[in-house]
Amino acid sequence: MAMTATEIEKLIKEGLPDSEVTIDDLAGDGEHYRALVVSPAFAGKTRVQQHQLVYDALGGRMGDALHALALTTKAP
Amino acid sequence: MTAIADTIQGQINADDVVLYMKGTPVFPQCGFSATVVQVLTLTGVKFQSYNVLEDGELREGIKTFSNWPTIPQLYVKGEFVGGCDIIREMYQAGELQQLFADKGVAATAAA
Repeated sequence: MAMTATEIEKLIKEGLPDSEVTIDDLAGDGEHYRALVVSPAFAGKTRVQQHQLVYDALGGRMGDALHALALTTKAP
Repeated sequence: MTAIADTIQGQINADDVVLYMKGTPVFPQCGFSATVVQVLTLTGVKFQSYNVLEDGELREGIKTFSNWPTIPQLYVKGEFVGGCDIIREMYQAGELQQLFADKGVAATAAA
């Protein structure tokens, strides 16, 4: 089960309001994406915690429907 | 603790640097796992790896244990450091090498 870039972006933005999300489809196969997420919610958090917030927003799809998402997170 | 959590706790206590990965360091079976092996090799630290593809219970157990949905996962001195993207980013920023130095993990041979 693959996901579209639009779906991924929508879920992340719902989970992390005020975030800026940039998604690239790396392989053009709808399964390998790179996401840059910039969110005020990341301030003061470790990288692990920042990524966990994004995974939470994706509601369990990461590692399942979404196999490959290279993730970069930043506070604005 | 469940039996698998007990096993994992034992594994991350037993070695300074522990990598849960798909495949083995010589034959990684996923690009993300291969990347972390490459980074660790560049830092020159000795690490213990466990192949989750050989153990379904471990594969699911480590995700719950770390509250992290994907593999690879790297532990240093019993502490979860992150997955592929974090490890790569930390290495490029010099933070991974610093972490090893801070935690007293010796690099056996600088590659």
